Amino acid sequence: MKRPLLEVTDLKKHFFVHSGPLGAGAATVYAVDGVSFAIDRSETLALVGESGCGKSTVGRCILRLFDITAGQVVLDGKRIDDLSTGALRPFRRRVQVVFQDPFSSLNPRMRVRDILAEPIRNFHLAKSKADVAARVDRLLDVVRLSRDAARRWPHEFSGGQRQRIGIARALAAEPDLIVCDEAVSALDVSVKAQIVNLLYDLQQELGLAMLFISHDLAIVEHMTHRVAVMYLGKIVELAPKRALFAGPKHPYTQALLSAVPVPQPGAARQRIILKGDVPSPINPPKGCRFHTRCPYAFERCRAEEPALRPTVGGHLAACHLHDLPAAQNPLAAAA
Amino acid sequence: MPLLEVNNLQTHFRTPDGVNRAVDGVSFQVGEGETLAVVGESGCGKSVTANSILRLIPEPPGKIAGSIRFRGVELLQLSDKEMRRVRGNDISMIFQEPMTSLNPVLTVGRQLGETLRLHQRVSRREADARAVEMLRLVGIPEARRRLGEYPHQLSGGMRQRVMIAIALSCRPKLLIADEPTTALDVTIQAQILDLMKDLKSKVGAAIILITHDLGIVAEVAERVMVMYAGRKVEEAPVEKLFRTPRHPYTQGLFGAVPKLGSSLAGDATKLAEIPGVVPSLKQRIPGCVFATRCSSANDLCRQSAPALELKAPGHLAACHYAPKEALAA
Repeated sequence: MKRPLLEVTDLKKHFFVHSGPLGAGAATVYAVDGVSFAIDRSETLALVGESGCGKSTVGRCILRLFDITAGQVVLDGKRIDDLSTGALRPFRRRVQVVFQDPFSSLNPRMRVRDILAEPIRNFHLAKSKADVAARVDRLLDVVRLSRDAARRWPHEFSGGQRQRIGIARALAAEPDLIVCDEAVSALDVSVKAQIVNLLYDLQQELGLAMLFISHDLAIVEHMTHRVAVMYLGKIVELAPKRALFAGPKHPYTQALLSAVPVPQPGAARQRIILKGDVPSPINPPKGCRFHTRCPYAFERCRAEEPALRPTVGGHLAACHLHDLPAAQNPLAAAA
Repeated sequence: MPLLEVNNLQTHFRTPDGVNRAVDGVSFQVGEGETLAVVGESGCGKSVTANSILRLIPEPPGKIAGSIRFRGVELLQLSDKEMRRVRGNDISMIFQEPMTSLNPVLTVGRQLGETLRLHQRVSRREADARAVEMLRLVGIPEARRRLGEYPHQLSGGMRQRVMIAIALSCRPKLLIADEPTTALDVTIQAQILDLMKDLKSKVGAAIILITHDLGIVAEVAERVMVMYAGRKVEEAPVEKLFRTPRHPYTQGLFGAVPKLGSSLAGDATKLAEIPGVVPSLKQRIPGCVFATRCSSANDLCRQSAPALELKAPGHLAACHYAPKEALAA
């Protein structure tokens, strides 16, 4: 069997915070608490969830923007989470990132040419100065900006154009995997469509693998191959796109899908309105983390945490309902 | 007589490099108890329109011209003192960001009570009682205890509920909601939309809902007005607009939004793009504002601005070429 490009096993990232004065009330934020998934070459995996569910933290752990608390991150068969800074460098080239905010993620004091040339120089990808310039031109072509953009400054561009520069910078390092952390969330509808199409084309043409972190389910459905849904630091459901959107196997996913307003007036829809707010990741609920808001929660959910395991076809879900006879399982009927 | 009548509203801002025509000749009406959605992308002037109605535009550098009549009274001619009696009492507003629009150093009860005490001259005790009642109405549990809490102790969804409670506390005739759910997560957004629909039937206020989310429009609005680059380009009842959008910009907007369930319907993998970017509002645009991005624009579009025309019953669009339905004379 072929190895996946990226394998994440039981990833945990806990933050230690002091909530009171003089370090009183020290607490642990269980931002990511045991997450496992894999991404194949040329595959897009989406990580969806609401704010605070830990999806961005997972992205940052993979990029090694900070050290992880426990677990393993394996890139192309090589474990990278415990490498020293120096040993990690060649792997840094292979995993690049596009951030959400195109205004703060570009250095305002660098010309576009220098922004794009920096990764090329840092990873010694060009043989000569002329080669660097040629690569910069090619990158601008790829993201459909004019070549004379190279001598201009970031502030001269609109949000969508800046995001194109951000994407070009990620591509400059010739990566295998790009982490898109809410890469289109800050953009306006008409510009968002342009960038979504660009990312989609690039993924097809260059055979990139992508971790697409987003809260926008409609865009996720449009962009990706597989979807992982996170809630309070855990993956609650992981499935191929179609299976997930056709018949969610976790009550949270079901509620999330039903909560998205549909642009069709008078569409009769049954909306599941979740009660209350997401609990704090400092003190996550015992048992299933979703039981405090789940419309179907029963005794076992409060006591025992469900594992993420297969239901039907490659569809993983972490929910005790699937142990009940089909007649009593509200999710079986939904499929 | 409509509740609110806006005529040829022009809100311009003087900037060092020219006059920014944020709103450039917009007219519309809102009837009693009606919900009008104003849709458009950032910079199209939808929020400036809302702020102009309440005269929340700092003058200078801003300047509001035209006419805004509320129940027959010209708001642009009221003194500052008279205007203060309108704000929060007859017309109130919910802002996008509940964290920055609540005062962080005052308790929830104080902020709710302030509106009531200023406008309705009730005693402190009565204000407290009304505040508790309002918090219950917007679905906040343990309302009495919440009165003594500060905004930072509440979650985002709770804060937006408090904002709604404040806005509705004086039973306004018109509620302006400027992107009320944009800062919220989707499950919380569902709660707030549900609440707004429920309250609308209870309180009966007219609503101007400003949003960029077409899903929310479809769900809440009765009539929709589409804005682009400071002008109104289309207006229609919600079913008509979604069934047959007539302006190329509106059509582009619909094509650019991915729809949930798209992967089940088939393999439509490309979104329709609107090429290019919104034009700068600092230059006067003689022709159609959308001409630079419109695929069917020609010289006529670039030279003369199309007027808003009735293209079908109740359906206005500002386009030289939008198809016209045969109108019964």
